[in-house]
Amino acid sequence: MSVPSNFDEFLDGIWKQNPIFVMVLGMCPTLAVTVSAVNSISMGLATTFVLAASCLLVSILRSAIPKQVRIASYIVIIATFVTVVDYAIQAISLDLYEALGAYIKLIVANCILLGRAEAHAAKNPPLPATLNAFGMGLGFTLGLLAIGSVREVLGAGKLFGLSLFGPHFQPWVVMVLPPGGFFVLAAWLIVFAAFRHINIKRNTQLGGVQS
Amino acid sequence: MTQPIELRAAPHQHSGRDVPTIMRNVVYSMLPICVFSIWQYGLSSAALIFVVTLSCLAAERINNHFSGSVNTLSDWSAAITGIILALTLPPAFPLWMGAVAGFSAIWLGKSIFGGLGQNPFNPALIGRAFVQAAFPTAISTWAPAFAPHRFSEFIPSSLAAPFMSPPDIVLWAKQQGVDAFTGATPLARWKFENISASSMDLLTGNVTASAGETSAILILLCGLYLAFRKFLDWRIPVAVLGSVVLVAWVFHFAQPARYPTPTFVLLSGGLMLGAWFMATDMATSPVTPRGIWLYGALIGILTVVIRYFGGLTEGVMYAILIANAAAPLLDQFSQPRVFGNERDKS
Amino acid sequence: MSDTPKTITPSFAMVRTLGLVSVICGIIIVGVYQITLPAVNANKKLALERQVFKVLPNAKKVVTYYATPTGIVIAEGQDQPPAQAMVFYAVYDNSNKLAGIAAEASSAGYADQVRVLYAYDIAKQAITGIGVVSMRETPGIGDKILTDEDFLRNFTALDVRLSADMQALANAVKTVKHGTKTNPWQIDAIAGATVTSKAVGRGINESAQTLIPRLLPHLEKLTGVTP
Repeated sequence: MSVPSNFDEFLDGIWKQNPIFVMVLGMCPTLAVTVSAVNSISMGLATTFVLAASCLLVSILRSAIPKQVRIASYIVIIATFVTVVDYAIQAISLDLYEALGAYIKLIVANCILLGRAEAHAAKNPPLPATLNAFGMGLGFTLGLLAIGSVREVLGAGKLFGLSLFGPHFQPWVVMVLPPGGFFVLAAWLIVFAAFRHINIKRNTQLGGVQS
Repeated sequence: MTQPIELRAAPHQHSGRDVPTIMRNVVYSMLPICVFSIWQYGLSSAALIFVVTLSCLAAERINNHFSGSVNTLSDWSAAITGIILALTLPPAFPLWMGAVAGFSAIWLGKSIFGGLGQNPFNPALIGRAFVQAAFPTAISTWAPAFAPHRFSEFIPSSLAAPFMSPPDIVLWAKQQGVDAFTGATPLARWKFENISASSMDLLTGNVTASAGETSAILILLCGLYLAFRKFLDWRIPVAVLGSVVLVAWVFHFAQPARYPTPTFVLLSGGLMLGAWFMATDMATSPVTPRGIWLYGALIGILTVVIRYFGGLTEGVMYAILIANAAAPLLDQFSQPRVFGNERDKS
Repeated sequence: MSDTPKTITPSFAMVRTLGLVSVICGIIIVGVYQITLPAVNANKKLALERQVFKVLPNAKKVVTYYATPTGIVIAEGQDQPPAQAMVFYAVYDNSNKLAGIAAEASSAGYADQVRVLYAYDIAKQAITGIGVVSMRETPGIGDKILTDEDFLRNFTALDVRLSADMQALANAVKTVKHGTKTNPWQIDAIAGATVTSKAVGRGINESAQTLIPRLLPHLEKLTGVTP
């Protein structure tokens, strides 16, 4: 197996192994904070920062950490950067902090983080590890944004706080309530499943022609 | 030459009835209710029934196209879902929201589970539950019945532009000269003001309610027709209505000042429509005799409990949905003893 | 790899690594905490002032106090709030005169606690405005308490006079059914959002019942002080 280039490492998380739509990881923030596009992006960027920073540190320390205590070490490192993000968001905007609520602290329990640290950062040098983590984070952000913008448009008639349909818009209340998260996530998963289905069909047809 | 013997597993006899026949008869039985609803609420009601049914059919057709399956419009089930759904919505419901309800009924309620017969919940009620959660204000805005100009003009909220909120209809009700229109259903008036409507009004449909749930006696007759022709299991409505009367009577007996009479509970709201046309959906109700009795009783008890103690004024919809969810379990608990075997003790 | 014998990591190495990781992480956390602390505090102050200014429009300065059964103390400089303390905010206008009192009330609504900030006018002995601090009520129903004009009109002069013995409110604040308000200490509920309306009334009643009797005997402390 050839070593993937740095660029491939970066692209991996954005499309081919998108954390939300392909790996279906990190569902807790995905369903909980995506009521608006701004919330989604903030949550995504916070996670991206934690992901990239902790993968960098894990990758640097990877040879120093004995196997038996690696999970404990990773969690301590991840928790550190979650705390950093927690303070940073409080300093930037309290409104945002209230909106994201407990889910900032819950980044620490996001499966993507431990998964990346264990499966990638612990086995790769700092540069590809960080790039991969960064790509994963951006993929996560894009996924959240896709869900968040649909929910904001239908649930409030706005996108990034800008009114799209004027004052008489009828909000779909359910979209900003928890069930809305499930509906929109499911709808996107159907869209991506359909894409994959079409791709597979096309590839098999091409293969048939070639052989 | 002797013919080869054909080997087949049971069942060996077909009653001669297929799904389209049953479904078509259900549609016929609902036509009087639709006609009465149109007579009561005029153009708005007609348009609502038309739009909701059409959107259900469209959703089914689109689904056929993408899943590559055969055309399932001809089994009439989507049409039934549409008509039942329209009858449970308030007559002044904006038409575009009706279309949303229709699409979500078919897609969320039926298609994603694999189509007719695979759905665990009644699709029409899924559609209604979706719009109830999405548009809580519009679905509790009621229009006055027998407005004088109901055949020449729409209730203004019906024609709200897609994605826009409907205008207030109180002003329109005043212009129509409808006196003392409170915009509250009999159940809401009982819950918040402790006023019970008269049984005569409830029987004949002279009340504020959803498009097709006003006249208890008409629904009863239509339901009886279906039961008589054996298109629905008579035990379900009997169990539902019986348990409602029993529970309501216990409450009324204990505290007559606080709880309404069993007659009021029986005739008001969507109970009749739910008991005869929604609880009896074959795909979502149990099949064993004891399971059916339990299922009906569960619906009845839940309905009364939600009406008396819940935040909502009407409980039939959620009662039926919860009982739908419990149906497979009830089936499992109530398996009849196979002839010659001991009763399964597990 | 397979032919090398399994080495057992000594406990010392594990402890050392964990120690090292913890030290690095500790340093990072402490550093960030120190850097962000001023900004976080400034933000919190700003958010509080914004809320207070919403209920008392002519406010200029906000001072936080604790009210205890024995008296009132200024919050600044106190590490720990005293026992049974209730937080309230003394609000001053342009000319450093006491413009009013703001305090928080909270009670269980339909989905979660409904927290409101109310403004208390000392001269009128009435509540003259409310603003929502946080709530998770159903959009379109419960959140009408923010917008419903009839409901907000309840809080232009909601009577919270004290009884003769100065121990409790003369009339408990009470939420009544929509359209049945007859007295100035009653709150006319929003039709269809009764649970949330009641939560607001209950919260205000609880808060005012304890705060105002503690506050009024020590009023001169607030009017004189210009910290």
